[in-house]
Amino acid sequence: MFNFSYKTQRYLILFGFLAIPVLLSLTFSYYPALSLLYYSLTDWSGLGWDMNFIGFDNYVEIFTKPEVFSSLKNNLYYLIGGLIQVVFALYFAVILTGKLKGRNGFRVALFLPYVLHSVATVIMFKNVYHMEYGSLNTLLGALGLESWQQSWLGDKGIVNFALAFISMWKYMGLNMVIFIGALQSIPGDLYEAASIDGASGWQKFRYITLPSIRGVLELMLILTLTGALEAFDIPFVMLLGANDTSTFVIKTVDTAFKYQNFGLASAMAVVLLIIVLLFIVIQRKLLFREEKQS
Amino acid sequence: MRREGSIGFRIFNYFTLVVALFVVFFPIYSIFVGAFKTQVEYYQSGLSLPDNFFNFENFKRVIDIGDLGLGFRNILIVLVISVVGNILFGTMVAYAVGRFEFKMKKAIMGMYLVAQVIPMVTTQVATFSVIQSLGAYNTMFAPILLYLGADVLQIVIYLQFVNSIPRDLDESAMLEGASLFKIYRSIIFPLLAPATATLVILKSISIYNDFYTPYLYMPSQDLKVVSTAIYSFIGPNAAQLNVISAGILIIFIPTVALFLFMQRYIFAGVTNGAVK
Repeated sequence: MFNFSYKTQRYLILFGFLAIPVLLSLTFSYYPALSLLYYSLTDWSGLGWDMNFIGFDNYVEIFTKPEVFSSLKNNLYYLIGGLIQVVFALYFAVILTGKLKGRNGFRVALFLPYVLHSVATVIMFKNVYHMEYGSLNTLLGALGLESWQQSWLGDKGIVNFALAFISMWKYMGLNMVIFIGALQSIPGDLYEAASIDGASGWQKFRYITLPSIRGVLELMLILTLTGALEAFDIPFVMLLGANDTSTFVIKTVDTAFKYQNFGLASAMAVVLLIIVLLFIVIQRKLLFREEKQS
Repeated sequence: MRREGSIGFRIFNYFTLVVALFVVFFPIYSIFVGAFKTQVEYYQSGLSLPDNFFNFENFKRVIDIGDLGLGFRNILIVLVISVVGNILFGTMVAYAVGRFEFKMKKAIMGMYLVAQVIPMVTTQVATFSVIQSLGAYNTMFAPILLYLGADVLQIVIYLQFVNSIPRDLDESAMLEGASLFKIYRSIIFPLLAPATATLVILKSISIYNDFYTPYLYMPSQDLKVVSTAIYSFIGPNAAQLNVISAGILIIFIPTVALFLFMQRYIFAGVTNGAVK
């Protein structure tokens, strides 16, 4: 391009290639995270720039008012759903890594929900769960299981399971494909050696497969946990968090944008951030410990 | 290889797969048939096939009232600009970090790693004020700015590729007097193509699916994207179930088509991501 020495070029490249990406990351990840900390100590409404420093009042409010934290119990449904989903994902990954006719077709089919548009998926399930004309109740009726028909989105005891199921439906295939990737990297001769020693299918799974994919499994569990804590789209699109389906993030967004209390919302976001970071640190520690052993 | 398995076991495996397929396809089937039914037919015929597969009335109506055309146009603009920028920045960072030794190298990699850990949903409250003070609120710049930055997954995948390109190539180009920029442009960038293909697909799907960002930052009617357009179907003036089904079907098509033609790249990207 120009006749600069390689030394000058090196500086130009490093600066030119890194400045904008670093600036973007600082502006849209780090600055918000830090200002969140500051806002959480104020009574800012989000409108204008009037704010007063009020110390830890917002945090006191979070930990003393039960209605803020009670929404976390709704996140629990997504956690339970997520854990069940991981088990299914692992099961299908194992059978679709083995010899099985049409396994590629099965992989594609089971992965399909993950690529479907997220909002459209939730609305699709709104049609499926529809009390009178929904396909689920229609199917149950056709099978003669009228007594199983439910008001899937109306019944408070069921609605959160119905919503968590959507999340399982959507992400099972993704986790399955990740597991398949991990399973394929296990050397085949391990299994052959085990077969010669007369190990059963279950023993091979327990003593070869599980230890080999432990890292991925731990990662998956932490992602399930943080994903459950951050659950938002599904209950928000389906019911705007109504009918006691509000998750912690929906409460945070409502506090900020509906009730114009950015200060309190920031404090809630910080609490969530700390919980998530805590779990990640715990997981890193666990992983580290495992590496030292091996 | 894994398990010789008795016949009973194999039957059990197929049985569970068939159940799983049913669970996956039942909701899709129900909106698929619903999309071709008239309103009366929808409420009376349950799960049976539609009378007329050439009844495109619902599709016409949903495109009309849902402003889907506008939604597709807007998301396409946002998507193309974001993905192009994203790939440029991603390859640039990977080239700079992968080929040169410098003081800030560790800090920059660490920065991307930690940024990944910060849950984006939670920091939106503060990001919102950044976007507002930049004057990008309610413009297409808001989502573009937020999607533009490279993420750690992208950089990790690109770095693997950069490291696998022999340095001899760079050196022989330098002997011929090529500038470092030229090396990036004519050697590194083209050789990253397989990774780029994977990342373009994954990034496009995630931007196309994103609801939160456009919903929060582009409330204007003229700036509807697909996610926010379909979201308005279920508001107070919700459309009928058969019309909504047609809308869902249309919105499903682009990513499904991309997935079916590009599965190899998508599976590669997904498994690569987990290994990090």
